[in-house]
Amino acid sequence: MISFLLYKGIVIGVIFTITLLIAAYSTYAERKVAAFMQDRIGPDRAGPFGILQPLADGLKFIMKEEIIPNVSNKLLFILGPCIGMLTALMAGVIIPWGNTLIVNGNEYSLQIADLNIGILYVFGVVSIGVYGIMIGGWASNNKFSLLGAIRASAQMISYEIAMGLSIIALIIMTGTLSLGEIDVLQAGGAGNDWNFWNVVYQPLGFVIFLICAFAECNRTPFDLPECETELVGGYHTEYSSMKLGFYLFAEYINMFISSAVISTLYFGGYNFPFMNNLGLDHNTITVLGTIALFAKIFFFIFFFMWIRWTVPRFRYDQLMNLGWKMLIPLAVANIFVTGLVLILTRG
Amino acid sequence: MTLNLFYFLSFVAIFSALLVVFSRNPVYSVLYLIITFFAIAGHYILLNAQFLAAVHVIVYAGAIMVLFLYVIMLLNLNTETEPHKSSVLKIAATICAGLLMIVLVGSFKGADVLVQRSVEGAPVGLVKNLGIVLFKDFLFPFEMASVLLLAAMVGAVMLGKSEARTEPTNSKVP
Repeated sequence: MISFLLYKGIVIGVIFTITLLIAAYSTYAERKVAAFMQDRIGPDRAGPFGILQPLADGLKFIMKEEIIPNVSNKLLFILGPCIGMLTALMAGVIIPWGNTLIVNGNEYSLQIADLNIGILYVFGVVSIGVYGIMIGGWASNNKFSLLGAIRASAQMISYEIAMGLSIIALIIMTGTLSLGEIDVLQAGGAGNDWNFWNVVYQPLGFVIFLICAFAECNRTPFDLPECETELVGGYHTEYSSMKLGFYLFAEYINMFISSAVISTLYFGGYNFPFMNNLGLDHNTITVLGTIALFAKIFFFIFFFMWIRWTVPRFRYDQLMNLGWKMLIPLAVANIFVTGLVLILTRG
Repeated sequence: MTLNLFYFLSFVAIFSALLVVFSRNPVYSVLYLIITFFAIAGHYILLNAQFLAAVHVIVYAGAIMVLFLYVIMLLNLNTETEPHKSSVLKIAATICAGLLMIVLVGSFKGADVLVQRSVEGAPVGLVKNLGIVLFKDFLFPFEMASVLLLAAMVGAVMLGKSEARTEPTNSKVP
């Protein structure tokens, strides 16, 4: 029991640290990618190539003056960013960060918890994440904050539906909700144990899921909740210092986690082609698989940033039209086609 | 351990349910209701019904309560603007709620046998078992419920649309 707790504690600690580290360096990467796209240099003052920039930013957030507006609801004002950060970190529990490691004959899984409701847990966490923004925006007692919060909640609820429907087609195909089992079903080898990644069977589902992930993370082109040309700063207009930092940080953690979920669901997770034919022992393949998973995740984080500087922001009615009139019918059609094909092929 | 968890969750559920009724600020009421839902989701997990717990959190806490909060934030209810109901209405509401409670207690007393049969540590609430039960044993009620939901949805859309349809006809008159 003690060793089990110790092992889970270590896994949780490592994943927590990695999540925060990657989120911190995503802010740096975002500015560097933006600079690259716009033919600038980007941050280069703190350390070589500006590599210490996230630390400098973090220090600045902590040292800034903390302002809580007089007319705000103080408890809820503080609760908002806390919920945002909490829910952002919670989803990492379910993701299989790697296959099993065998140490002294004991098998240790690199997934914190393989719940049999798997992907539903992610949806639960995502759906609670709205409260962080809503509570924060309302408690600020500011028109712009409230408008931002209302936009965020309407957007997230709308796109959750399309996201859930796109996942249903995948679940029909794999027959399991558990992310661990979905990963095992995509294992790559040669000959008979060759399995394609799910994106091959579910290209439409993947595109819908990706678009919805952009909307759920409030990223451009769907960043209307914090649209600065209309709403000052959106739901975090009144926030300063580390509470603002939490909101911004939660967005980057969400980006990281959704990249991880996309990689796991559609791009094989920790599997890489010909992994069973290299003749390496189990632990080496596990480590290589984890590296492969992180390579996929970094690609998707880069993709998030790439889109930011490619597609301009949607108008609000365009956003709602896309969600309700395009993505939801497409996702329903995807479920029908998937079901039909499965009935025809598997009898 | 399980029993202590049960008592803790029950305490949280009942306490926050009371606070829903007694708190003055409607936004607090909604937030306490969300806590109540989480406590009930915890009960589902104790009953080994993880799927029900997840769906409960997604649907009730994640979608319905967001809409509640949405409406309350938009209406900006507070004590000054709150409409005061007459005492006749209050008494009628109390009697109705009491009658509903009698019905609920009666139906739960009748369901005694059912509860004892299902909760024996069996994974009744897992997706697989729930799906088999819903689509084999209770297929007809399940489909009827979905038709009912569809009807409600169509009705809501119709109610929302009726204003938009009459407006253009009025504007044509002058």
